[in-house]
Amino acid sequence: MNTGIPLEYFLVMATLMFFAGVYGFITRKNLITILMSVELMLNAVNIMLLAFNRYLYPNQLEGHFFALFVIAVAASEAAVAIAIIINIYRSFHSIDVEKTDEMKY
Amino acid sequence: MTGNQIMFIVFSAMIVIFSILTVTSRRILRAATFLLFVLISTSGLYFMLNFQFLAAVQLTLYAGGIVVLIIFSILLTSHIDEKFESAALLKKVYGAIASILGAVLVINTLINYTFVPSTEAAKDINMNLIGNSLISWGEQGYALPFELISILLLAAMIAAIVVAKKIKTN
Amino acid sequence: MTNFSYTVLIPLIPIFVFLFIGLTGHKMKPLVSGIIGTTGLAISFILSYFTAYQYFFNTEKINGAYQKILAVNITWLQFTDKLHVDMGVLLDPISVMMLVVVTTVSFMVHIYSIGYMKGERGYHRFFAFLSLFSFSMLGLVLATNIFQMYIFWELVGVSSFLLIGFYYEKPSAVAASKKAFIVTRFADLGFLIGILILSFNTGTFDFINLTTVGGPAMATGAGASFLGLSVMTWSLIFVFMGGAGKSAMFPLHIWLPDAMEGPTPVSALIHAATMVVAGVYLVARLFPVYALSAPDGLTVVAYVGSFSSLFAAVIACTQMDIKRVLAYSTMSQIGYMMVGVGVSRYGGEAGLGFMASMFHLFTHAMFKALLFLGAGSIIHAVHSNVMNEMGGLRKYLPITHITFLIACLTIAGIPFLSAFFSKDEILSAAFEHNRLIFFVQLFVAGLTAFYMFRLYFRVFWNKEPHYHHTPHEAPLTMTIPLIFLAIASIFAGYIPFGQFVSSDSIPFHSEIDWLHVAIPSIIVGLLGITLAFVMYKKESNLPDKMANSLKLLYVGAFNKFYFDELYLFVTKKIIFNYISRPVAWFDRHIVDGSMNGIAWITNAASIKIKGFQSGQLQQYAFVFVLGSLLLGILFSYFFIYLF
Repeated sequence: MNTGIPLEYFLVMATLMFFAGVYGFITRKNLITILMSVELMLNAVNIMLLAFNRYLYPNQLEGHFFALFVIAVAASEAAVAIAIIINIYRSFHSIDVEKTDEMKY
Repeated sequence: MTGNQIMFIVFSAMIVIFSILTVTSRRILRAATFLLFVLISTSGLYFMLNFQFLAAVQLTLYAGGIVVLIIFSILLTSHIDEKFESAALLKKVYGAIASILGAVLVINTLINYTFVPSTEAAKDINMNLIGNSLISWGEQGYALPFELISILLLAAMIAAIVVAKKIKTN
Repeated sequence: MTNFSYTVLIPLIPIFVFLFIGLTGHKMKPLVSGIIGTTGLAISFILSYFTAYQYFFNTEKINGAYQKILAVNITWLQFTDKLHVDMGVLLDPISVMMLVVVTTVSFMVHIYSIGYMKGERGYHRFFAFLSLFSFSMLGLVLATNIFQMYIFWELVGVSSFLLIGFYYEKPSAVAASKKAFIVTRFADLGFLIGILILSFNTGTFDFINLTTVGGPAMATGAGASFLGLSVMTWSLIFVFMGGAGKSAMFPLHIWLPDAMEGPTPVSALIHAATMVVAGVYLVARLFPVYALSAPDGLTVVAYVGSFSSLFAAVIACTQMDIKRVLAYSTMSQIGYMMVGVGVSRYGGEAGLGFMASMFHLFTHAMFKALLFLGAGSIIHAVHSNVMNEMGGLRKYLPITHITFLIACLTIAGIPFLSAFFSKDEILSAAFEHNRLIFFVQLFVAGLTAFYMFRLYFRVFWNKEPHYHHTPHEAPLTMTIPLIFLAIASIFAGYIPFGQFVSSDSIPFHSEIDWLHVAIPSIIVGLLGITLAFVMYKKESNLPDKMANSLKLLYVGAFNKFYFDELYLFVTKKIIFNYISRPVAWFDRHIVDGSMNGIAWITNAASIKIKGFQSGQLQQYAFVFVLGSLLLGILFSYFFIYLF
C-alpha cells in the first residue's frame, strides 16, 4: 500500500512522542502523571512496530501481533501500577514520587 | 497533497503537541485529557496504516479503559483543581538533556539509514486471519505469546486486587 | 567361614549410647543414664566374648595360623584408584584380644562408676564421655587401615582430654587436660609424618597389605635410605613417636601423672588399662613391618621402653600421691611391654617377646584396673589422695584391702599369679636377645615390688592418722568389679596365651626358663617386698634415713627429675619468646592488618558512594536513560568499526 508518506516520517514522529514520555518520566512528581508518560512511550513503540510492519514486511503480521501484546501488557501494567499507587497513597497520604524514598541505601 | 498526507500531518501534529502538553501541563486532569487526545490520534494513524482491528482495540482499551482508570485514580488521590507547582529547574534540565539528546541521537540514526520499503502485496488483515493466527502455531502462529499474555493478565488482575486491598491493622 | 559382620556393632553401640545420653541425658535421672551406659557396654562386652570364642575356636586356621578377617569394610574416601581411605573391622588375634580387654575393663569401670560417681554433678556427662571413649578405643582396636587407626587415635585423645578435664572448675584439672592433649597431639604429629612416609613408600594404608610377609608393600618399601637408616625405619620410628606419646614413654611421659586429675574410674580405664597401651598395640599391629623391614626401629622401641620403665619405677618410689604412684607404675609396666615387643623377632619361638608383651598387656589391664579401682575406693573412703592422710585402713575396708593385696602381689610377680607368667616371659625374651635390658628389667621388677608394697603398707598398715569420720567400705556396685578383677588377676595367667597370640599367628607353646629368669625374678620381688615391709609396716624413721643417704637421687626422683620444669623452660622461655611471639606479631599486624585495611577501605568507599542511592526514582531513570544512550552511541558510532 502506498500512502504517499515516507516511513521516516512515522518514525521521527514516534521518536518525538517517545522522548516526550521520557521527559515526563524524569520531571513529573505525581505518580499518575509518570504512569501517563509510560503510556506515551508504549504508544510510540506501538506506532513504530506497526509502521515497520506495514512498510517493510507487509505480508507478515509480526508487528501487528506484537503491538497487540504490548497493548495487553500496558493494560495489565496500568492496572497493577494504579493498585500500587493507591496503596502508596494510603501509607504516605501523597503520591509524590520524591517523598517515597524510604527504600534508599 | 493527497488526503492521506493531510491526515498524517494533522494526526502527527496532534500527537506531538498533545504529548508535550501531557507531560508539561500543571493540571492533572488536563494532562489526562491530553493523553486521551494523543491516544485517539494514534488510533487514527492505525486506521491510516490499514490496521483497523488494532485501531479499534486502541480506542476501546486505551481511550476507553486505561484513560478512564487513570482518571478514576486521579479522582481518588487528588483534588481536581489542584495545580502542580512547576518542576524544579534542575529536574527540567535533567529531563531536557536526556530527552533532547536521545531524540537527536535516534532521529539522526533513523535519517541516516536507508529503509527499503517492500514491494510485496500487502496481506489482507481480516478478523478471521487474526483469530486463526492467535490460536495456531508454526509459521505465522502466535498461540504461545497469546497464552502467556492470558496468564499475565490473570496474574495482573490478582495482583491488582491483592495490592490494592485494604490491609487490616489491629 | 563364620560371618563376623555383627562385630561392627561392638563399637557402634557405645557411640549410639553416647549420642543418646549426650542429647537427652540432662532430662533423665542420673542413675538412669548410668544404667543405660552400662547396659550398652554390657552388650558390647558379651558380643566381644562371643567374637573371641567364634574367632579362636570356630574359625578354620590355614597352615596352622589364625587368619586376618576383614569382617566389614567400607570405602570411605576414594581419592584415586590406589589412594583410598576405608573404614571397617579387622579381626586378627591381637585385635580380638584387645576387644576382650577393652570391653571387660570398660564394663567393670562402668559398673564401678555407678557407685563412685554418685551425687557428682555431670553424672550423665561422665557416662556419655565414657561411652565416647569406649567407641573410640574399640574403633582404634578394630581399625582395618592405618588411617582409620589415626582417626580413632585422635578421637581417643579427645575423649581422654574431656575426661581428664571432667572437673573443669578445677584449674589443675583444666591444666592437666590441656597438657595431656598438647603433649599427645605433638607426638601424633610424628605419627602422621610416619604414616605419610610409610604409605608413600608402600603405596597402601591397609594393615593386611602392609603386614603380609614377603608381600608387595614390604618389597617396595625397602630401597631408599636416609642418614644411614632406611626410609622404612625412619617412618616406623616416627610412627613409634605417636605410640610413645600415647603410651607415655620417656620423654613424652609428662602428661600421664597429671592426667590423674580426672575421676579415678577414668584413670583406671583410660590411663591404666586401655588408651595408654594403644602405643604398644600400634607397634604390635605393625610388628611384621618392624621386625622384617626395620629391626633398628625395634631396637629403638626396646631401649625407649626399658629406660622409661626404669625411670618411672625410680620416681614411683618417692611419690606421695597414691594415684601418681600408680601412674608411674603404669608407665613402668608399659615400658615392660615395649621391651617385650622390642626384643622380639618375627615368627615361632623367636616371637616370644611379642606374645609375652601382649600377654602382659592383657594381665596388666586386669590388675592395674584393679589397683586403680581399689585406689578409687580408698579415696572414696578417706577423701584424699595423699598417703600421709591414710594408714591402718585394713580394718575399715576389708574387701578393698584383700583385692588390693592381690593386685600388689600380682604386679610384684609373685609365682602363680597372672603377672608372674607374663612378666617372666618378657624377661625370658630379653634374656635371649639383650642381656643389658634383661638386667635393667630385673632391677625394675624389684623396684616395682618395693614401691607397690610401700604403697600397700602405708595405706593399709602403718600409723592411723586422725580421720574426720570413720572410713567405710564402698557400696556393692564398687566392690563387685573389684572382686571380678581380682579373680581375673589371679587366674588370667593360666590362659595358654601362646596358643592364641603370636607374632606370626601360628600357635606355639612357651616354657618359663626357671633357672635363669623365674627364680631371680622371684628373689628380686621378695627382696623388694621385704624392704618395703621393714620400712613401712610400722611408722619408723627408716624411710627418712634412706632418703638422706641417697639425698641427690631422692630429691631428683621426688621432683620427677625436673622434667616438668625443663619442658616449661623450653616452651615458655624459648618457644614462646622466640617463635610464638614473632608469629603472633606477624599474625596481628600483617595478616589481621591487611584484612582490617581491606575492611576499612571498603567501609570508607561505601560511605562515599552511598549518596548515589538516594531513593529518588527519577534520578535512577535519568541515569538509566543516559546509560542506554551512551551504549547506543558506542554501538552505532564506535563499535561498528570493530566488527
